[in-house]
This record gives sequence, structure tokens and C-alpha cells, in this order.
Amino acid sequence: MLRDLFQRKKKYTTVTAFEQANNSPKKIMGKSAVNLDENIDEQIWMKCKKCEDMVLIKDYEKNDNICPICGKHGRLKARDRIKNIIDKGSFEEYYTDLESLNPLEFPDYEKKIDKAKSASNLNEAVITGRGRINGIAVNIAVMDSNFMMGSMGSVVGEKITRLVENSAETGIPLIIFCASGGARMQEGILSLMQMAKTSAAIAKLDDKKNLYISVLTDPTTGGVSASFAMLGDIIIAEPETLIGFAGPRVVQQTIRQNLPEGFQTAEFLQDKGFVDIICKRYELKDKIHQILDIHGFSEDEDNE
Amino acid sequence: MSKLYLNDLEKKIKDLKEISELLGTDLSEEISIIKEKIQRAKEENEETDSWERVKTARHMERPRTKEYIEIITDSFIELHGDRRFSDDKSIIGGIGKIENIPVTIIGHQKGRSTEENIERNFGMPNPEGYRKALRLMKQAEKFNRPIINFIDTPGAYCGLGAEERGQAQAIAENLLEMSRLKVPTISIVIGEGGSGGALALGVADKIAMLENSIYSVISPEGLASILWKDAKNAPKAAEVMKLTAENLLELEVIDDIINEPLGGAHESKEDMAENIKAYILKSLDELSNFNHMTVEKRYEKIRNMGKYSRIDEKKNDED
Repeated sequence: MLRDLFQRKKKYTTVTAFEQANNSPKKIMGKSAVNLDENIDEQIWMKCKKCEDMVLIKDYEKNDNICPICGKHGRLKARDRIKNIIDKGSFEEYYTDLESLNPLEFPDYEKKIDKAKSASNLNEAVITGRGRINGIAVNIAVMDSNFMMGSMGSVVGEKITRLVENSAETGIPLIIFCASGGARMQEGILSLMQMAKTSAAIAKLDDKKNLYISVLTDPTTGGVSASFAMLGDIIIAEPETLIGFAGPRVVQQTIRQNLPEGFQTAEFLQDKGFVDIICKRYELKDKIHQILDIHGFSEDEDNE
Repeated sequence: MSKLYLNDLEKKIKDLKEISELLGTDLSEEISIIKEKIQRAKEENEETDSWERVKTARHMERPRTKEYIEIITDSFIELHGDRRFSDDKSIIGGIGKIENIPVTIIGHQKGRSTEENIERNFGMPNPEGYRKALRLMKQAEKFNRPIINFIDTPGAYCGLGAEERGQAQAIAENLLEMSRLKVPTISIVIGEGGSGGALALGVADKIAMLENSIYSVISPEGLASILWKDAKNAPKAAEVMKLTAENLLELEVIDDIINEPLGGAHESKEDMAENIKAYILKSLDELSNFNHMTVEKRYEKIRNMGKYSRIDEKKNDED
């Protein structure tokens, strides 16, 4: 049944496979198992991880990192997510001055941070700020798995906590796009405490009866799933997103059995009762808008 | 042993400082020699100290939650089940009295024999365990009883059923609810504080660790296999990750350290239980004027955990 759902996506896009490719060098997303024809340029073509068809990178990116052939949702950079969800020109970024320290004097942590910064073009694994969704003001946090696997250290915890507190004070609805492998090992116990800290802030928001929409994107595991990700008033997930407490390999090592098909996917989690809505990327903005509207938020209310 | 030696040296410095103040003589050279000695001894110590703590925290004879409850309470009734799925035996909980004060006590329960450990799942809870704990906490709030949590787990269980029944959601909900409970709460790490599985009982007005207990985001073995692809480097990892009670006090993650009897808690569980009981009574006394400000203080404490810098500050430092 699930398979049928995905196959239907074939109808959505036009495959412009023979469009003339541009020459800008782009990173190949997945390594190809088949020998590429000499005529195929790896900087132009990529292989979809799911359907294994060859796709033009340009088309893939134009399609918000969704495979134009099978509809598989690839990971999206935080900046692209904001472009995708927030009205053009309305985003104002908050708390950009926060930077990680190395409180445990963990070997090579600074080097790792520097590397992540240049690889992702981000300061940290989350972007926080205020923007508009079809005119409605929202506080939004977007995590980015390109920055040390979206791991949560002190800065990620602090930025999210500040945004949650801001929502509690102002009544502006809160939306968090989760994408994280979990706690940041290099910050040890302090990273663990960010779970308590962000969850306590969500409790404050909850006391004020303000709306929090949590959007789970690939992957949402570990300390992030066991804190604010699972605490949304409404929990949305993108199709096939990996969601869990322990990673699938850890579970397999623990139980020493093969895992059932589709284990820890968004669809699995919804079936077990932990996800409200599974929503495709290009329907997400309208879905969130619909939820905001039902909660009484409108364009005029917060217009400054 | 070496700790006593360090204490001796530190006492000597104090004496010398007092003498130099009294007599007005300059003893700074003598003091710096001793300081160097302390530094050297500390460095030597650090290489083995954390791993020794890990071994003590995991000692087979180390007292478990149940044993402490038996000693510190005048009366106690264990309560079972999460009212949703089952009764998780890796977390026990119930109601009782300590020196005539009604309390709710909850804690991870490890076994000692293999048979008992299988029954207790080695102290690794499933979601039901956390949901039972939360049920008992809400019950305590209803009847205005303080809550005492004992933490002793390698971590939350990573099984198939745990994932199916929402391990992440169960832990997250505990973190949220514990931050706003309207009764005094005390959490004490008595052995292993393993990651999110420990933290799910660890949000409280007073957070303490026994002297030889450990508390960390991952096991030393886990970190060693990530860093050096070999779990055998666990002793080295234990040093790097800062998991001892002293480390956590310094990082402002815990409020207090409870002393253990010489050689560790397993050398005398009665003495250990007495120290724990004294700490609980002292803390309950401090929290006796509990009101909404206490909850606010709990929030502020948790909210301020973490270390980061602001770019502006950094620039100023460099100037």
C-alpha cells in the first residue's frame, strides 16, 4: 500500500533529462554502483538513492531535492528550506552571534567545527529567526544535517531555547524543522542537558497555550527526537524520513535480528501513533498555513 | 589513597599561607613547590581516575535503588505499571515515608545475578518504564508529595519494541513534565547515569551524584568506538568525556556530590544509605517553602546549562 503511494508521485514532474546541462560544478549526491558511461558527466548527473535512476542534478535541485522520477525526498539545506517555506524577503535571522566553545577540551573539536562551517556555509547546525508563511508571522528554527550531522550542542540548544522563549512571550507560533543525528558527543554531558533545556522551554510555551508545530525531516534521531522533536502540538513528517531514538544499526546490534521493512520511517511512526501528518515537501507550506489558519492566525494580526 | 595525599598537600598550603600572613614572611617559594607537586599528582591521577570511577559505578556489589529504599524509608509500598501497556521492571517506584515525611520514590533497578538482571533488563527501561515513572510523579504532585529519583542505568533500551512504543516520545515527555512539577524534586545518580535514559529521571530542583557515580551522554565504550574505532580504548575515552561527579559539578550540571564510604558505596551500603538519607532530609528542608518561584528557579537552572560564546565577546577578548 505504501509503495503505491510513492509510485503515484511519478505523475508530478516533467523530466527534463535532455535539457542542456549547465557547466557549474555540483557535488554528486550518491555514488553510482554502475559504471558511468564516459559521456556522462558526474557533475551533471546523479543516481537517485531510491530508484537508482540517473537524474540531472539541476533538475533534482530545481525540484527541491526531490527525485523527479520516483519522488524520493532528499535532504534539504537549511537555507533552501527557508526559501521553500518562508515568504520571499520576510526572513529575519536571530541569534547569529552565538558560537561554540570547546568546554570539555575535546580533541580536535575546534577543527571539526571549522570544517563544518566551511562545508555547510553555516555558523552552527540550526538557523533561527522570524519570517512569514503566506503573510502569517512565525518563529522558525531549521536544523541542517550538513553541519556535524545536525548534532545538538550548547549553541543549538541555546538558539532553540531562545526562540521557544520568544514564542512564549510574543505568542508568535513556533515551527521547528528537525534534522539531527542526536547529541553532540564533543560537548559530552552539556549536550545531553540541551535535551532537558529545550524541553523545559517547550513546557513554558505549552503553559502559555501557544502553538508549536514540529516537522521531522531526514534524519530525526537520538537526543533531538527524545526532546523537542516529539513535543509538537502537531507533528508533521516528510515521507520516508528516518525517525527514532536509537539508530537502526544500534537496534539491530541490540536485538540481533533483521529489522522489519520500513522500520523507523515516518510511515512506520505514523502507524505506531507518533506522527500526525505525513506531508510531501511541496505541500508543506500550504499544510502549515492551513494549521495556522485553523488556530486563528491571520495575515493582518501580526503585520508590523 | 592518592586523594588523601592530595588533601594533605592542600592542607599544607593553607597552613603555610596562614603562617606567612601571621609572621609576615614570604613563603611563596615553598607554596609554589607544593603547588607543583599537587599538579603532578593530579595529572598522574587523572590518567586512571575516571576509569576507576566507571568501574566502581558499575561494580556488581554496588547497592541498587531497592536496597537504598529499604534502608532509608520507615515504610514503603511499591506500585506497578504504566496503565498503558505493562509494568517495566527496570524502573521501580512507590510511596513511603522518610522520617515521617511522605514521599514518592522512583529509580532504575539493576539486578545482581544474571537471572535478576534479565528480569530487570540490566536496568535499561522501555518506554513503559518512563511512563510509569511519570504516572507516579503526577500522582505525587496530586497528593503534594516530594519526589526522589534514583538514577542507575546504562541507558534507555534500544530494542525493536522500545522504538515501536515511542522511546523518544516517552523520554521527551518526562523532560517536559518534570521541568514543571509543582512539588519538590530530588534526583540522585547512584551508579551509572547513561544518557537520555538517565536524564528522563534527572530533571529536578536538586541534582546530586554519589562520589563514584558517572553521568554521560554516551558510554566510554561507545565513544571509544566512535573516536578510535575500538571499544578497548574506553579508559582513554572516559578521561576525555568528563563523566565524574567532580567534572559535572564543575560544569554546573549537578548541584551536589554525596560522599561515599572509603572504597566505595559497596563497602558499606548502610553508611552510604545514611549519607543519602541525610542529603534528602537536608534538601527537603531547603525546599520546604516550595512555591511557584521554586519551579521558576528549577527552570532557570536547567535553562542555563551549556557553554557557548558570543562573537562580540570573543572579539573583545582578542583585543
